[in-house]
Amino acid sequence: MSTTFWIILAGAVATYLTRVGGHLVISRFETVHPRVEAGLNAVPAAVLTTLVAPAALGAGPAEWAALIVTALVSLRGGLMAMFLGGAAVLIVARQFVG
Amino acid sequence: MTAEAISESRARSDFWDGVRLSMPVVVASAPFAILFGAIAVDNGFSVLEAFLMSALIFGGASQMVGIELFGQHVAPWLIVLSIFAVNFRHVLYSAGIGRRMAHWPLLQQALGYFILTDPQYAVAEARAASGRSVGFVWYLGLGLPVYVFWVAESALGAVFGKMIPDTHALGIDFLLPIYFLGLVLGFRKRPLWLPVVVASAAASIIAYKTVGSPWHVSIGAIAGVLLAVILPPHHSGVGKRT
Repeated sequence: MSTTFWIILAGAVATYLTRVGGHLVISRFETVHPRVEAGLNAVPAAVLTTLVAPAALGAGPAEWAALIVTALVSLRGGLMAMFLGGAAVLIVARQFVG
Repeated sequence: MTAEAISESRARSDFWDGVRLSMPVVVASAPFAILFGAIAVDNGFSVLEAFLMSALIFGGASQMVGIELFGQHVAPWLIVLSIFAVNFRHVLYSAGIGRRMAHWPLLQQALGYFILTDPQYAVAEARAASGRSVGFVWYLGLGLPVYVFWVAESALGAVFGKMIPDTHALGIDFLLPIYFLGLVLGFRKRPLWLPVVVASAAASIIAYKTVGSPWHVSIGAIAGVLLAVILPPHHSGVGKRT
């Protein structure tokens, strides 16, 4: 087997450990403390924000316009409308500001 | 209808309900899958290896980082460690979603964790937050199309990599941040949403500028989660039952 194959396999095992590990740790406790539950409830917004904020900061006017439109659409529409609206604005804006 | 037929048709509609919700994810991740395949071959992977990496790891950002380091001839253990670091945020997803999957049979849970990606977690968590149960069939309907397209498009990208037109003009490098912003905003009715988002945004930006990528993801996420833990429970809306 090549080195590449072993890198892929080890990477796959490492990734699966992250996906199952949090549950294995948490499930050892009988009851979940309210503060831990509050922390778990904060996970989606906390993690997803880190995937947006630095990218938004390093971006330009076209990307900002797309994000603003995404936010505005989110007040009324669903996820798909939000995504398509933001993507459309991005593609159009990029034709002008690169 | 017999009870069996009713439960079967319900399972089918649960499955397609999940498939419907997977479509934005399939669309948003398609360019990245193709791009990954193309870059992988460009960095010395064979088509089979690119396919295997997508099939076994199934984590876009970590695959990109792995490929990049591989192309720079970084030591194998460091490549694996970097993949682990990029994917470390899944520990939090895993801890959070475990509550919703605990009633599944063990094998289904094992498979469920294998396809636990960012959107998979966010969409499943949103369903649980709306008071509906997260069943295996629905969860599979949500995750399976994403997986199948991801793997197939990676292989496609590896075969036809050189034919990708101007990716910048098509905006595909910024599609995922747009999608993730949509997901973040979908959680805005949760207690502590704004303080958590502000804390995570600030911490991730500072970490991005100082420690560097990919650690900004875990550092930013932990900052937001810690804030929710530290603030008095009556603000976070979970202490009411006790």
